[in-house]
Parts: sequence; C-alpha cells; structure tokens
Amino acid sequence: MASEAPKGSWVNRVAKLDRLWISLIAVTFGVIVGGVIILSVGKNPISAYGALWKASFGSTRDFGEALVSMTPLMFTGLAVAFAFRTGLFNIGAEGQFIVGQMAAAVAGYAIVGVPSWLHITLALLAGALAGAVWGGIPGYLKARLGAHEVINTIMMNYIALHFTHYLVNGPLKGHAFLPVTQTVSNSAKLWRFFPPTRANTGIFVAIAAAAVVYYILWRTTIGYDCRAVGHSPDAAGYAGINVSRTMVTSMLISGAMAGLGGAVLVLGVQHKFYDLFGFTGYGFDGIAVALIGNNHPVGVLAGSALFGVLSRGSQRMQSVAGVPKEVIGIMQAAIILFVAADEVVRRIVRWRRAKALQVATATRDEVEGGTV
Amino acid sequence: MSILDLFNTALFVSTLRMAAPLIFASLGGVFAERSGVVNIALEGIMLIGAFVAMTVSYFFQSPWLGVLLAMVAGGLTAMVLAYISVTLKGNHVVTGVGLNVLALGFTGFMLRRLFNHAGQSPVVEKLADWTIPVIKDIPFIGEILGKHTPPVYLAFVAVIFTHILLYKTPFGLRLRAAGEHPRAVDTVGVDVFRMRYAALWLSGMMGGLGGATLSLGLLSSFVENMTAGRGYIALAAMIFGKWTPVGAMLASLLFGYAEALQMLAQTLGLTFVPREFLLMLPYLLTMAALAGIIGRVSAPAASGKTYER
Repeated sequence: MASEAPKGSWVNRVAKLDRLWISLIAVTFGVIVGGVIILSVGKNPISAYGALWKASFGSTRDFGEALVSMTPLMFTGLAVAFAFRTGLFNIGAEGQFIVGQMAAAVAGYAIVGVPSWLHITLALLAGALAGAVWGGIPGYLKARLGAHEVINTIMMNYIALHFTHYLVNGPLKGHAFLPVTQTVSNSAKLWRFFPPTRANTGIFVAIAAAAVVYYILWRTTIGYDCRAVGHSPDAAGYAGINVSRTMVTSMLISGAMAGLGGAVLVLGVQHKFYDLFGFTGYGFDGIAVALIGNNHPVGVLAGSALFGVLSRGSQRMQSVAGVPKEVIGIMQAAIILFVAADEVVRRIVRWRRAKALQVATATRDEVEGGTV
Repeated sequence: MSILDLFNTALFVSTLRMAAPLIFASLGGVFAERSGVVNIALEGIMLIGAFVAMTVSYFFQSPWLGVLLAMVAGGLTAMVLAYISVTLKGNHVVTGVGLNVLALGFTGFMLRRLFNHAGQSPVVEKLADWTIPVIKDIPFIGEILGKHTPPVYLAFVAVIFTHILLYKTPFGLRLRAAGEHPRAVDTVGVDVFRMRYAALWLSGMMGGLGGATLSLGLLSSFVENMTAGRGYIALAAMIFGKWTPVGAMLASLLFGYAEALQMLAQTLGLTFVPREFLLMLPYLLTMAALAGIIGRVSAPAASGKTYER
C-alpha cells in the first residue's frame, strides 16, 4: 500500500502505529460482533463474556489450564509469522505441528538410558526436525520450482494427517485396543510446575522460542535476508541475497517452530500421540495469531494469549451462559477478516486526518479572521 | 484381488459420486483464479452451500429450491471475498482463511439455533435420482452411467458451460485477460474489478452447488464440517488440471477414483496398500503436478495479485 506522503513524514511514522491500532480495533470489532450474536440468541453478552473471562482467570486452576491452551498457539503463531516475514504463507503449520507431535512421542519412549535434560532436549529436537522437514519440502519446491507454497503446505497438512493415522494404527501402535503410541518415559516429560493443572515448562520453551525468532529476524544475517526477501524478492536478489536459499531456510525455521509446538504438547500435556480424527486447529489458529500479532514475536505471544483464552472460554460460555460455542469461531473469523480488510481502517484514519486538518485550518482562519 | 477389480462397476459408480462435488468446486476455482483471485474460501463456500441446501429442503420440502439457494448463498459469500480482496485490496489467502473459519462457525451455530442439534441435521428430502433411458440398458456402461443423483450429470453440464463461457465468449476472454494482464484489460476500457466480481460470483455459485451436492445429492442431511477439506482438494484438482475446466474435471475424476478406491478397499480385498496411502494420493499427485513432474503447469500470471487502478 503506497502512501502518498514522502518517507519520514509524520504520516509514515503514524502509519507504523496504525498496525497496533488495527489489531486493537480488530479485536474490539470481534468482541462487538460476538456480542451482537449473543444478544440475537437472547442471552446477555456481559454475563457470557464474564463466563469466558472466568474460564481463564476465575481461579488459579483455570489460569494454569489457560496457559496450557495458549502454549501451542505461541509456536504455530511464531511459525506462521516467521514465514510471513519472508513473504511466504505457511498454511502448513498444522501438518508440521502434527509430525512434530509424532516425532517427539517416538523419541519420548524409544530413547532410553539418558538423563532427563538430554532426553527432553532430544525429544524436542526430534519434533522440531520433523516439522522442519515438513515445512522445508514446500519451501524447497517453492524456491527451486516456483510451486506455490500455499497449496503445497495445505497438501502437506493432509499427508501428515493420513500418515500419522497410518503410523498410530499400524507400526507405531502402542496399545492393545486404542490408536495411540506408547507413553513417553518419565525422563522425557516436561515439568508440571503448577499442579494440579497441566501447566508445564513448555510455555517457557515457547517464550524462549519467541526470543530466538526475534533474535534471528533482527540480529542475524539470515533474518535480514528473510526480511529483505519478504519486502521484495527482486530487490533482495539484485542486492546479492540468495533468494531461493533464504526461502528454504525460512520454511525450515518456520516448520521447526510448529514442530516444536507439537513436541511440547506431547511432552508436556498428552505424553503420547493420540490418533487425530481431524485437524488439531492449532496450525490454522496460528495464522490468526500471527496476523493479529503483526508477525512480531511479542505480538504473537499476546495474540496467542488472546486466542487461548477465547478457545478455552468457548466451552465455558456454552455450559455456563448457554451461548453456542461456535460464537467464538465467528468472532475469530470477524477478527481475521477485519485484519485482512485493514485498508478500511487506513482509509478512515486518512479521511479523519484530512478532516482534522481541514477543521484545524478552518478554525485557524476563523480565529485569525476574528483578530484582524 | 485381481487387477480386474480396479475396473469394478461399483468402483466407477462411487468415483462419479465422489467426483461430482469436486468438479463443481474446482470449476469455481477455475473461474476465480482465471480472473486473478485466489479462492481458498471455496472450502467455506461449499460448507455454507451444503448447509443452506439442507435448510431450504427442510423448511420447504423442495430440494431443488435448496440447490438454487445454495448457489445464491455461495455467490454471496464469494462477494465478501470480492469486496475485501478486490475492492479493499486485502490479501486473498488471509480473507479466504477468515471466510472458512466464519463458515465453520456460522453453520455450526445455525445448526444449533435452527434445529437444536449439534453435529448433524435432521434427515431431509434429497434430490431424486435420475435414470437415463436407453443408456441404462447398455451393459456395463449402463450400470455405471444409467442412474445417479442429478448433480453427477449436472457436473458434466457445468464443465461444458464453463468451457464455452471461458473460451468461446468475449466475456470469457476478458475474464481470462483480467487474470493474465489486468493492466491491458484496463487500458482497453474493461473494468478489471467488475470482471473479478463477476468471476467470483460464478465461482461462489459453483462452490455452493458443490456443497449442495454433498448434503442433498450424496447424503440427505448436513453434518458439521462435512466438506472435510474438499474445497482444498478441489483447488488441487484445478491446479492438477492446469487451470482449465476439462482438466479440472479429469483431475476431479482421478481424485474421486482414489477416494472410491479407499472406500471400497476392504470389500475389494485391496489390503496390500494401507488405505491411508490411497487417501494421500490426491495430495501427492497435486504436489507432483505443481513441481512440474507431470508436464509444466503455470498459474494465471496475475492470480493472487492485487490490482491497483
């Protein structure tokens, strides 16, 4: 979106701030849309949102579980955001997350006789590696052959779903009747620091991952290349950046983030891989989280906190306030669509500024006119 | 099992049934992408179409009215995509993802509101099967083509319709040009935005039709998230079919065959290949096609790009 004003002018400086405003207005818009729908089913939005709030902040126990629902979104949000910064659309965080779960589960029970810190590290790395492979393939196909990563990452999601379904019902089935793998060893489990909730050290891994993403993007050459390619692949290429390699690297890192998320879910919460009968949704929610967080690690952490609270609260809203839980889905959609349509906000802001300027000029003229 | 089982009549009947919704939706993809808009929202559009078709059939006992209104609902949903992606210049994929989330939430919500059901709607009147005289009496072919739910036949009509509209009319030429070189279209005085709106309206109607095929053609009820990714498979079929109506149809038939094969794998005694691998086939084939293994494919040049007047 080209702005009419020259670079460095106040309009551009304010435009940076606009991003934060767009996110905030989008969330407000979502809350209003949700409120209207709650009203339409004859319920009180205040009490419904109250139930939603209490589901995460009503008690220390709820808070611990809220942390559990936020954690996977932090990883998938970071995954999507990193690729976005390189101008790539990683819709495949879902599939990368799934293979990360599977790899960590296998590493969790297959590796024996190592100290806990090493076991956890290896299992996390296994998840990250699986995710990196799953993200790297579409990245490679994009870089080398120009195959569109949006379609390929979607395809990889389904392949992950069917492939793990095959594994957990076949060669890796770890239970006589149920489609689950074996349980991971105690040495591979993440510490649950807030019993009886399932809150575990995985959330610190997520925060560390956010710091790593920030560091890579803004403090390393790789990150610089990624952002340059994201701004303009052609310009980056002319400047001597290897665009193909940067794209592959970006998708490897992005996939590793999502895979790490799957690993953390298995090692911290599930302790085994459960057969998935459909998508987990974490990968898709990660897209919304990245968008609302403006593809910045800090924004992603905030966005996943919001979406974690929403998804946990949706059940409670249904059981306590009698509001269909799908309202939350509609609310999330409203937020995503609003961010997509950010041009509306820009137009309004621009129009209001022009208006304000006009009014200011008119007032000044009036005042000056009066004094003469 | 023998190799002959791969040409089983039941398998072909199933193939046509599974392919029909994909054909409609992939034609929807062709319209959108040929005009320059990526329509990831087809998944959600199908879901809304399936829901509206069922609801109308429930309240008016008329499945055909249901099909018609499913098309309208699909078109209207696509208009949201048009407004955000064309007029407001929003990102096509982000908007599509948003619409898919919306469709899932909206249909689940309405299911609860209107029918007080979670998960599945009541059973409604479905489209009555058509039998084709003469053809139904031909051995083998008659068994496969003789009797089907109407959308199976209509899907092929839609392919012919799309082909003629895209390649034999001035409208089709302009539509394709809007997706290849919008600046040139604009220069000769054709409104690119209007072309894209029109293409998305057609795209949405096709998607809605594909959804109605699921709820009133193959089944006689709506199941939550019943599209289960068919919108994405349809996009894959469109790519596999090199962005042409006939190609999309052939790819849809191939994907339908893979789905039918996995459904009937048990009864056919096809046990040496795990059924999950058959399920993966459409996705692997699509990736292979995109990678250029099966001939060169290239998307319309301006697909997914915002046009600034």
